[in-house]
This record gives sequence, structure tokens and C-alpha cells, in this order.
Amino acid sequence: MNFLQSFITRVFYAATLLLAVLVLNFSLIHLAPGDVADTIAQSMGGADATVMAEIRADYGLDQPYIIQLGSYIGKVMQMDLGYSFFYNESVTDLILQRLPATLLLVVLAQILALFIGVLLGVISAQNPNGLISHFVTFLALFGYAAPVFWTGILLLIGFSLNIHWFPVAGMREVTVSGGFWVHFVDVVRHLVLPMLTLSSIFIALYSRQSRTAMIHELESDYVRTAIAKGLSQRAVVYRHALKNSLSPVITLAGLQFSAVISGAVLVETVFSWPGLGTLAFQSIIARDTPTILGILFFSTLVVVVGNLLTDLALRLVNPRIKGTV
Amino acid sequence: MKKTLNVLSAGVLICSVALASSLTAETPTRGGTLIATLNSNVRNLNSAVQSGTVTGFPGAQLFASPLRYDENWTPQPYLAESWNVSEDGLTVTLNLVKNATFHDGHPITSSDVAFSVKVIQENHPFKSMFAPVASVGTPDEHTAVLNLSQPHPALMLAMSGQLMSIIPEHIYGDGQNPKTHPRNNKDVIGSGPFKLVEFKNGEHVIVERYDDFFLEGRPYLDRIVMRIITDPSARAIALENGEVHMSGFESQARIINRLKKVDHLTTTSEGYGAIGPLDWLAMNTTKGPTADVRVRQAIAYAVDKNFILKAIMQGTAIEASTGIHPDSPFYTSDVETYPLDLDKANALLDEAGFSKDGDGTRFGLTIDFGWPALKPHSEYVKAALRKVGIDVTVRASADFPTWAKRMGDMDFDLSWDTVFNWGDPVIGVHRTYLSSNIAKGVWSNTQGYANARVDGILAAAGRENDPAKRKALYAEFQQIIANELPLYVTNALPYHTVYSNKIGNPPLGIWATSSPLDRTYLKQ
Repeated sequence: MNFLQSFITRVFYAATLLLAVLVLNFSLIHLAPGDVADTIAQSMGGADATVMAEIRADYGLDQPYIIQLGSYIGKVMQMDLGYSFFYNESVTDLILQRLPATLLLVVLAQILALFIGVLLGVISAQNPNGLISHFVTFLALFGYAAPVFWTGILLLIGFSLNIHWFPVAGMREVTVSGGFWVHFVDVVRHLVLPMLTLSSIFIALYSRQSRTAMIHELESDYVRTAIAKGLSQRAVVYRHALKNSLSPVITLAGLQFSAVISGAVLVETVFSWPGLGTLAFQSIIARDTPTILGILFFSTLVVVVGNLLTDLALRLVNPRIKGTV
Repeated sequence: MKKTLNVLSAGVLICSVALASSLTAETPTRGGTLIATLNSNVRNLNSAVQSGTVTGFPGAQLFASPLRYDENWTPQPYLAESWNVSEDGLTVTLNLVKNATFHDGHPITSSDVAFSVKVIQENHPFKSMFAPVASVGTPDEHTAVLNLSQPHPALMLAMSGQLMSIIPEHIYGDGQNPKTHPRNNKDVIGSGPFKLVEFKNGEHVIVERYDDFFLEGRPYLDRIVMRIITDPSARAIALENGEVHMSGFESQARIINRLKKVDHLTTTSEGYGAIGPLDWLAMNTTKGPTADVRVRQAIAYAVDKNFILKAIMQGTAIEASTGIHPDSPFYTSDVETYPLDLDKANALLDEAGFSKDGDGTRFGLTIDFGWPALKPHSEYVKAALRKVGIDVTVRASADFPTWAKRMGDMDFDLSWDTVFNWGDPVIGVHRTYLSSNIAKGVWSNTQGYANARVDGILAAAGRENDPAKRKALYAEFQQIIANELPLYVTNALPYHTVYSNKIGNPPLGIWATSSPLDRTYLKQ
């Protein structure tokens, strides 16, 4: 199979996956008792049978299940993700409004986690039983075990309340005015704590994986040859062994992509980060079917594309993988 | 002579200093941006079709109502500069301010008032507010005449706060469904002191002063930024480090007690009288052991209010005993209050015919809770009722609709809930006790309580314009329901407003932050 054929096959699988995700989740939401009319009543602190019946009629919720499913899938095929029941806005608008914030958080958190994780792994691999290695192990355990919202609030109390370095909530300070750089710095200030919180779990994973992979590399023949030839430790590690040790880490990073997105939900809630995570959580609680399905559609797309990119990155790093995508 | 002169001049000096300081204390400074919070994401900004305290805060800035209320439950003029209720109580005439305009410059006229009443009647969930309004006459541009089918004293409160927002007919009267109108979220044109600058879903609502507001010189603030911060701890930190100036509707006991200790903030429970939130234990009177009033009274004797007030609410909440909030003018404490008495509880249960079996159990009950904050209450009830031989199973609902369905289908024995009075008992209290409101839906009479005498009293009180007679009727009502206990009310939900000491004239009137902030200012 050549590149084009395998690429088309992957696209086909992705499309089937998307359809399955939509149908399955639509059915799951439909199965749960209650609907958006109840959550709208909750938001209003009062319910009236006529008003709720009108709401259900407005959103087509009084139609049979198959008709509702059919009309939704039909709209999606025409690239129309519909209107949010709860927020009165087009789902596409809502998602596009929130997507940049989440992407910023998630991508930067992954990059930070990879960078620090690999660095810590490489350092500790060179002296596997040394103090740094044990410190890295401890950090790994702590970061992985601590619930992400707890880490977030701890960081808030430490660096936002006790030492007022960073702001408490949100993505920007609305009262700030100025040019591009003023706003850039403002967003960065708001981004630091959420980014650290989200990457804390993954630093743990990547440092452990990197350490193991690097130890494995440092024991192999070509490294011994290189040292025998007179290359410095530094050159051996960073110029030769590092690239080879990266493949398992990158694979892990690709697999963790969906975990990062779900971890983002909690981080976004703690820091009131206006991203897709909070929207997803709130729309599930609100039984806002079009928004939930729209977000799942997007997330599935992102994960599929993410996997594709991971595979491409692997091919770059490890030329032994070739041919199929 | 010199001594007199000295005393006189000292007196003048003291007087002038007092006068000067009282003047400076009272003169609000103009300008500044107030940063406040919203506790959850906003659905839409049109308070004529969306009730709830989250829309109430921005809604009260964007839209004006005919009346407004001060802390003493006295109606004040707002969009209506004067009003008149006829002798027979069937006609209420509102004389509107002549120079009021909407944010796009259109004048606010009586036909907008008539239109707003119609929209609220058709779309708002609180039907009892304007049900008796048969028609609204508009004899001239600035006079609106509400013709009632029966006397309706609740109308006064219903014409204030977020309950009667005057919306522009020329925008919302275009035939589209007001509940899903595109102008509910974007380009909102309102009648209030502030106009919409920006609403970013999940982030903030920003409003700024409407320069042509009909009250001269007001509002004082340039802008209000309402930041959506859903996490209570994050809000508390933001208040403490000064990033946020004000937050209303804070109800978590630990956070309230923590913020009370912060020097530059004031944390007060003042101002929630018309919201009137109550925590209560609802009991199903239609089936199971709870159908017997003696069982319900026994449960009340076994559940210790003091424990709830001290241990669970940590001293932040006040005791409540009836379905009417303690801050309401109609509240009476002259009712049966059920102090802790396990002997009485056991005796009542024996009398009701539920004897203890081998291991001391009489029967089992399930308990639900509608809000996560009521979980400790449920677990306490389980422990408390164990002592009188009732085995309680705590059922956690996955989310609100699951619980709402259980309540709506009357598929429960006991259930904790928090419900608001919404100002006048007709609006928020009657719905729980009227036998005609036993319907399939949450926040109706899901307890199945049916007492013809109570129905009669409530109907009469809803029509009674004489305040003293009305108070007496509601007193009798509260005595009956305290004896029959379709629900056991334990405490008022401790809503607090936390505000920075930089704020002058904080919103402490009966509608709390769901009132216009035109008189609020930032001290320099």
C-alpha cells in the first residue's frame, strides 16, 4: 500500500469514527432521564408546565428519537452543527470562540511537559541511582497522583493570593488597554498557572518514559562505540541518543492527547479559563445536546488529526518507519 | 465674653466639620469601573423571558422596571414616576417618566410596557405574577393601565427588580420567538442605566453607562465588568487579592467565614429578603409512611435544626420555620418549631402504628437532594433518624434533571431542596402548597399536599389589598403548615454579598445584586 492509499483509508476510518461518535452519544444523552427543559427550569429557579412544553416543542424534543437523530445527522452532513439549546448561539460560533483558548492551553501544556519531562528524564538517566534521579521519580509520583484541580488551587493560593504574581481567573484582564504586546503579556500572565497545572501530570509521565528510554539507549552498542571513539558524554547524549530515545515518548504524547483534553476540563474550571473544556462540562450538565455533540465532533477530529501528526512526527524522528502512514 | 466666643467658635468649627464630612460622605464620586462576578455562565440577558439570579444581575442593569424597592420593602418610583391603585384594587395606573429612552434613543412608552407584560405572561415561568392582569390599556404615551381580574397585591413587587423588565417592542415585537430571539444575547437594547458593551459566553458581560438615562447624573459608574467565575474558591481568592470588587449570592459557609475576616472587604447577609431562599426537607404526603402527619412531625422532632445551623452552616445561616422567608413582612415565628425531642418522635411513631422490629428498625425511607450543597444535610438526616428507628438511604442523583424527574413524578420519600420566595408569597410560596398545583413538574406541589382550608386562605391572601388583613391570613397559613409539615423548613440559605470597602452604596436592597447599580459608586 502506498502513501496515498493508506492516507485515504485513514480518512475513511476517521469519517466512520465520527459518525459512530455522534450516533452513540446522541443515543446516550437521549437515554438519560430529563432534558434541557429541566435544566432551563433549573437556571430560572422556577418551572411551569406550559412553558416547558413550549421549550420542548421549540427544540424538537417532542419528536420521536429516530426523527431527532435523523435530522441532526442530516444537518451535520451539510456542515451545520445547529443551535445551542441552552446558550442561544450557533454551536459553531460557540466552539470557535472557545477553541483558541483551549488549543493554546493544551498545546503549550503538552510542549512544556514534553520539554521539561524529556530534559528531566535525560538528566536522571545519566546517573540512574543518583539524587536527581530519585527526585525526578518523586516528582513523577506526586504530579501523577495529585488531582489536577487540587494542584491548581494550591498554585492559586501560592502564587496568586500569598504572592500576587499571577491573576486568579480568566484569560485576560478586560480593563487592560494597549497594543498587541500589552495584550500578549496579559494573556501570558494568565496562562502560566493553568499551563503549569495541566502539564504537571504529564511531566511525570514523560520524564519517567524518557528516563527509561534513555537508559536503554545508553546501554546500546553504538553509544559504547561513540564513547570509545572519543566523543564527549554530552555529544553522545544530546546529538545521538536523544533522537532515538524520543520515539516512545512521542508515541506516549500522542496517546495522551485525549487525556490532556479531558484534564483541560478540570483545569479550565478551576482557573475559569474560557475554553472548550468548561463549555463541554457545562453543556453536559445542561443537557445541551447540539453543543455536546458539536464538541465531541471537534474533539474526535482533533484526536484523529493528532494521531496522524504523531505518526508523521515518528517517521521524522525514526527513519526506520517508512511506507505506510 | 472671650470664653463665650471661644465656645461659639468651637461649636461652629465642630458643626462645619461635621457638615463637611457628612457632605463628602454622601457625595458619590463619578467614574470608575466596578468589577463584579457572576457565579455561573449566562444563558441570555433578557430578564423578561429568563428568570434566575444569574441573568438578574446583568438584566437589572440593562433593563428598568416600573418600580424599585428599598431595604424597607417600600416601593419607590423608577420608570413609573407615580402610580395609583383603584379603590376596588382592580385597576393599577402607572404614570411613566416622560423623558426615558431605550439605549438606541427610542422613547419608552406605555405600549412598550403593555408589550413587556404580554411577553412575560407568555414566556416567563412564574405564571402567578401577572396571571390576574387581563389587559393593559394605553390611554396615552406615558400612562399604562393594568386591568386586573381580581385584586392582586403581589403586583407591586412583581413590577420591580428583574421580575418586570421593560423591553423594547420595536425590537422584540418582530414576530420571532422571544425565548430564542437573536437579540437576547447580542446587541441588546434595554431601558436601564447601563448599556451592553460585550457579552462573551463563559467569560464576562461588560456594560457601560447609558448617557441619556432618565435619572439625572446617574449612573455614577462608567463601567461594570461582570466576570464569570464559576469556582467559589477562585472567586474568594479574587476578592481577597482585590482583583474583583464585589460578589453576590455567595453561600458556602467556609468561604463566607473566611472572607468575613478580610479587612478590606465587607461580607453581609443583608439584602436577600425578596430573593427569600429557604432550605427545606420535602416529604411525600401521598405515599409511604410520610403520608401520616405524625410520622412527618416525628421526623421534624428527630432532626435537630441547631446541628444544621451550627455544624453544617457554621453559623452563617438564620433559622427558618415556615415556607415564608424570615425577612419577609409576612413572616411569623409564632408557629410550632420542633426543637430536638427524640422521646416525642418515638412516641409519635409508635402512635402512628410503626413499631420497632428486632433490631430497632421501624421502616425505611429514601432521601434525595436537589443541590450538591445539601448533601451534608441528607447525611445528617440519615444519622439523626437512625436514632428513632428509621433507616434512611441517601440517593444521589447524577445531575439536576435526574432529581427533577424524581420530584416531578413524586417518586421520593424525603428530599432536600432550596427554593426562593421571589418577593411576594403569591409568586414563590403559593406554588408549593396549593392543591391545584399538584402537577408533574419540579417546584410545583410535589409533596401532594392538599388542604382545602389552606387553598382558601392562600386564595384570599392573594386578593387581599389590606396589609394587616393579609399578614393575619399568612400567619394562619404558616401555623397550619407548621402543624401539617408537608415540608420541614430548617434554615434560610445564607446568601451573602461580599464587597470591597471602596464601594459606596452597595446593592443591599431587598433584591440584592439583581437591582440596578445606578446609585453605586467607587470611592476615590
